[in-house]
Amino acid sequence: MAMAISEIEALIKAALPDARVTIEDLAGDGDHYAASVVSERFRGLSRVAQHQIVYAALRGRMGGELHALALQTAPPE
Amino acid sequence: MTNPTFERIQAEIDAHPVMLFMKGTAMFPQCGFSARVVQILSHLNVPFHTANVLEDAELRDGIKQFSNWPTIPQLYIKGELVGGSDIVSEMFQSGELATLLKEKGIPHQDAA
Repeated sequence: MAMAISEIEALIKAALPDARVTIEDLAGDGDHYAASVVSERFRGLSRVAQHQIVYAALRGRMGGELHALALQTAPPE
Repeated sequence: MTNPTFERIQAEIDAHPVMLFMKGTAMFPQCGFSARVVQILSHLNVPFHTANVLEDAELRDGIKQFSNWPTIPQLYIKGELVGGSDIVSEMFQSGELATLLKEKGIPHQDAA
């Protein structure tokens, strides 16, 4: 069962209320997305740590229901 | 309570300065994301060791808990998780991967 863009966005925003989230459905199959997340929480963190925060927000769906999420994260400029 | 799979993983990442847990092998990657990391490492002429998680179910699940990273591939440099396909690609394009390899004293050829 794939995931809807709105569901992904809602989960990320629940964990990162200040986040600016943009999500693109790469393959139109609800299973391969590209997302960029900008949040103050990422300032000073390694990319791995930033992505782990997003994966935690997705509560275990990453790698399961959500097969591929090309992730770009950064603190606000 | 120690986890035998975690010990195996730790031994691998300690033994090999550049260690890639992937789906398939360097010669025959079984997944586009894994193939992407193999391509980048080969492009930089970095000697690396791989482990095929498709042949080892315990490793496939264990590595995700070990690193708190939900997907495969996972690239480790000097025992540290660098990331999956996205981060390695981003770092390669920005030149950060070559810099990291230099810092860690790992022989490679800068992408000319």
